[in-house]
Amino acid sequence: MGRSRAVRARGITKSFGEVVALDDVDLEVEAGQVHGLVGPNGAGKTTLLGLLLGLAVADRGRLEILGTQVGRTLAVPDGVAGFVDGPGLYPSLTARQNLTALARLRGHDSAGGVGEALEQVGLTDVADDRVRGFSLGMRQRLGLAAALLTRPRLLVIDEPANGLDPAGKRHVHRVITGLAADGAAVVMSSHRMDDLAALCPEVTILSTGRVVFSGPVSKLAAEVGDLDHRLRTSDPAAAREVAEGTPGLRIVRGPGDGADAGVLVVRGPVEALDDLVVRLVGAGVAVRGLAPVVPPLEAAFLALTGIGTEPGTGPGETEEDPR
Amino acid sequence: MTATAAPAGPAADEARPAPLPRGYRFELVKLLSQWRIRLVLAVCWIGPAAFVAAVSLQTSLPADTVFGRWMHASGWAGSLVVLGFSCSWALPLLTSLVAGDVFAAEDRLGTWRHLLVAVRSPRRIFVAKALASLTVILAMTAGLAASGIAGGLAAVGGHPLAGLDGHMLSSADAATTVLIAWCCALAPTLAFAAVGLLGSVALGRSPMGLLMPALLAVGLQLAQMLPLPVAVRMALPSEAFLAWRGLFTDPAQTRPLLIGVAVGLVWAAAATALAYRLFMRRDFTDLAYDGSGRRVTVSGVLPLAGLTVLTVAVIAWTTPAHGSGIERVKLERSLATSYAHLYRLQTRELHRPAVTEAQLRATASCDKGGDRVADEGPGNDWRCVVTWHLPGVASAGTAIYQLDVTADGRYVADGDGPKEVNGYFQVRTSSGDAPNPLWQFDGDVDLLASPASAQKG
Repeated sequence: MGRSRAVRARGITKSFGEVVALDDVDLEVEAGQVHGLVGPNGAGKTTLLGLLLGLAVADRGRLEILGTQVGRTLAVPDGVAGFVDGPGLYPSLTARQNLTALARLRGHDSAGGVGEALEQVGLTDVADDRVRGFSLGMRQRLGLAAALLTRPRLLVIDEPANGLDPAGKRHVHRVITGLAADGAAVVMSSHRMDDLAALCPEVTILSTGRVVFSGPVSKLAAEVGDLDHRLRTSDPAAAREVAEGTPGLRIVRGPGDGADAGVLVVRGPVEALDDLVVRLVGAGVAVRGLAPVVPPLEAAFLALTGIGTEPGTGPGETEEDPR
Repeated sequence: MTATAAPAGPAADEARPAPLPRGYRFELVKLLSQWRIRLVLAVCWIGPAAFVAAVSLQTSLPADTVFGRWMHASGWAGSLVVLGFSCSWALPLLTSLVAGDVFAAEDRLGTWRHLLVAVRSPRRIFVAKALASLTVILAMTAGLAASGIAGGLAAVGGHPLAGLDGHMLSSADAATTVLIAWCCALAPTLAFAAVGLLGSVALGRSPMGLLMPALLAVGLQLAQMLPLPVAVRMALPSEAFLAWRGLFTDPAQTRPLLIGVAVGLVWAAAATALAYRLFMRRDFTDLAYDGSGRRVTVSGVLPLAGLTVLTVAVIAWTTPAHGSGIERVKLERSLATSYAHLYRLQTRELHRPAVTEAQLRATASCDKGGDRVADEGPGNDWRCVVTWHLPGVASAGTAIYQLDVTADGRYVADGDGPKEVNGYFQVRTSSGDAPNPLWQFDGDVDLLASPASAQKG
């Protein structure tokens, strides 16, 4: 028997006046899963997260959260927590006071839970400092701590890694993966593809209110096609010659100047790239690096949302020598 | 995905809204955590005591303020000076600061969604915020009252207080009346607080919401300076800010006060209801929400303007009010009464043979601006002659007063001779110089009294 389903949305449509924010959106998130929500600005991510938090109701469609059908505003079941558009904190209160007031509001035992939540996000040292002086990253972590107070079974968070330094990011990642390991579902939106790639086995990509992809990250690669790769070698001129002779490979650009001096950008299937590396080694050219110009998830995002098709903004950039 | 969906039943598992007492406490914590609120609370509880004590111990008194000239004589006068100032500025500004910001603060901080997810009931959020801001405003008002009283009593003592018609209130009566006066001022304070809530809800993070009670106060003060028809004056929500003075005459001028309190409470209820309606209709998913002038006009200004028109009609229909309410007969009666009471006070100071008001049979004859001007309405061109009799003296005494009558019915009578009666601001007594109560004194005309009843009285 599989895990229970934390979110099940079918045909969700939500409009604000004449603007259709969500159009026939389906979403499924299992308990214990971290699910990423990606999309350009205005794609409908925040609206969808707001529906999951009960801040609004869909105009059409069916939404079940933690097994309960949600039919009106603020009627989501207990166990749902999170934030959209910032963590919602009161700057005149300290971190501890923010959490204590919130815990009391929801009828939870404050002292132990608050301390534990602060520790989880790494804010114990600044627990008695006013939030007014907190950086964006610290606020994000405190917002996450506030969500943890209720021991959520569904955590809904908007851009949790916004403004985080590497240490803060590590804390947040640890909390999110820990929650999922304990059986909670996490739905998070982010513009940071590295975060999504690191945390989310499954993602949903939204574009202008519609789902353009939903499923495992690994499946995304098939949606993208060939990626541009940046090739750095010991001999750029020789590398270019070898690349030109490699079947199935195209040279997109290079070798460049300045910061990109000696870098060749090539495009082709994985097999052609493997072949290129073998040929370079055979030709006595040392391969110092071969990596995608744009990470696969980002490339998929750009391709699926249509952003990559705009001149100069996509993963392919301008082809120099199509073959 | 292998998943087993939990059965989707009705919303039986739905989270309940946070209980109202918890929401109220949360709002109170947020309000009291703001340094400006804490600072103002401290000022309210300390400032008036310091002010009253300091002024009471000085030689020059704020004689242009009602009861200011009595601050040397009675500790209760200081609190009434504070009340007068509070009604003009402090209370509207306090409501601006607290109620005018209680909703807007969430817009400014971007915390609405967070709060909604935590409380899960816009209705409870509204009630909790309204109650919390009311609590803080009441605490500030209580501070102003208690502090002013404490300062006056500490500096001068609880001596009897001369009322606005010159009659003496014992210390106990003065204490009771001062407290009632402060309580009456709560009605317009609530009205201003409700307008603050309305502005805060309607205008979002715009500072105009914060300023609405203050702007309303300025507008109403300007209106009250104009010679408005008395029915319009009584229909203004700030009327009780002035009408409490009627408590300090004998008999008390209760009708304007009751109307003022009722109008204040109706405004408080109406503005709160409008704010509630607006709040419950708000779309919290609209991030661009920032209030709008049109919304304020349609949802706030027009209904309250309609309420004012309705109130004017009701007052005009149910009371004998007409014109400015300041008429020669009423002014003459008020001046004669005050003169008789204060003559007795002067008699006691100078240890002359005791005399009663009835024996004095004081009357006044007033004229406004000569023959070419009608003897009615406010102005500083009233000239009155007071006539009185002493037992065993055949001839009647006369004294002249110049009156500056303001549109709210308050007047200052300035003695213009003879100098033995009202020519000097001090009188020489056996124990030294003392203020001459007949030199200059305050009075209050009941704007709603009919001239006939004034004549009978």
